[in-house]
Amino acid sequence: MKPWPPSAARQSLISCLSCELLSKAPANLDDHLRMRCPRCGATLHARKPNSLARTWALVIAAFIFYIPANVLPIMTVTSLGKTQSDTIMSGVAYLLLHGMWPLALLIFFASVVVPLLKLVILVYLLISVQLRSRWRPRDRTRLYRITEAVGRWSMVDIYVVTILVALVHLGNLATIRAEVGAVFFGAVVVITIFAALTFDPRLIWDRLEQPHE
Amino acid sequence: MTEQTFIACHECDLLQHLKSPPPGGSARCPRCGAVLHRSKRDSLNRTLALSLAGLILFAVANAFPFLAFEMQGQVTQTRLFTGVSDLYQQGMWGLAALVLLTTIIVPAVQLTLMLYILVPLKFGRAPQHLAGVLRLLHNLTPWGMMEVFMLGILVSVVKLAGMATIVPGLALWAFGLLIFVLAAAAAALDPHLIWEKVRYAS
Ligand SMILES: [Zn+2]
Ligand SMILES: [Zn+2]
Repeated sequence: MKPWPPSAARQSLISCLSCELLSKAPANLDDHLRMRCPRCGATLHARKPNSLARTWALVIAAFIFYIPANVLPIMTVTSLGKTQSDTIMSGVAYLLLHGMWPLALLIFFASVVVPLLKLVILVYLLISVQLRSRWRPRDRTRLYRITEAVGRWSMVDIYVVTILVALVHLGNLATIRAEVGAVFFGAVVVITIFAALTFDPRLIWDRLEQPHE
Repeated sequence: MTEQTFIACHECDLLQHLKSPPPGGSARCPRCGAVLHRSKRDSLNRTLALSLAGLILFAVANAFPFLAFEMQGQVTQTRLFTGVSDLYQQGMWGLAALVLLTTIIVPAVQLTLMLYILVPLKFGRAPQHLAGVLRLLHNLTPWGMMEVFMLGILVSVVKLAGMATIVPGLALWAFGLLIFVLAAAAAALDPHLIWEKVRYAS
């Protein structure tokens, strides 16, 4: 392992996450003390406060919501007196049956794979930090960056429901309603975005600077 | 302010010199590879011009017809806001709020805040509450999702293509352009430069 210079925190410097100004941490640094960035006024923390516990809580909440999001219908189509409810998976199946497999793949990936993958990666990062892993920190940081960048694309199904609801407004001929599954699904997307924001990737690197046990 | 030549990587906390990136490139953290600083030529003027263009596009995207849906002689005209108000009327206020926030409010606030910062700076004055405004701008970034909405439109259009005709309106084109303009404005905005300017202005 290349000997990197000690991190800012090890040299009693705190980086402002908002404006990147470095500030000198007081000698007796404890988390109860509220320090503000002298330049922009953001609250300074050497590391995001309670990052692991908060991220765990959000990840678990997202896992719980993920189930109704996939089991419950996200929309109902009423056409000529017939009603039909669609879950995320039945929407994908519909697209496949009608030969629109690129679209089916896209929705399957954005709505099913991405949220799950994001949660699995976050769980892995949380556990690896808690086990004080020294394994490939650069790749683990990259994984974190992926979860941060990709999560927003899960919103696509919410938007499809919104647009269909707005467009298909034909009285008896056809109407579309949003259903409660979409609410859970929206909650999953929002919670996972918060979870990624709460996780502090610097924790991955902190473990490398502690002396070998 | 000499300490500002040093920064700590926001992803691994490695202390390092803030190197100016090569033109058109970006400076990366040598340890974890995070992008620390991107090259931004003529940042102030470019961001200002793009934000102004964005504001006009935003107005067009909201004021004009967005999509029309034509089936068996019946036509439904929609605006950007229609989906939000329909969701609200169906009792889905949470979803309505989420869509409203991510496709209309966040982009509008981002554009307004950028102009709020850049117009005074252009005239050599420091805007009030700059710190809070920059922080808000930074925190809003993950919540603007216009490009995902655009993908949602494409998916919907393909889904409905078999049973109806979808006619794109002027607002749709403006919305599509706005995505690029806002992304370019956000990329051109250089907080380091703004802090420098403010230091000289005050
Ligand atoms: Zn600051
Ligand atoms: Zn780094």
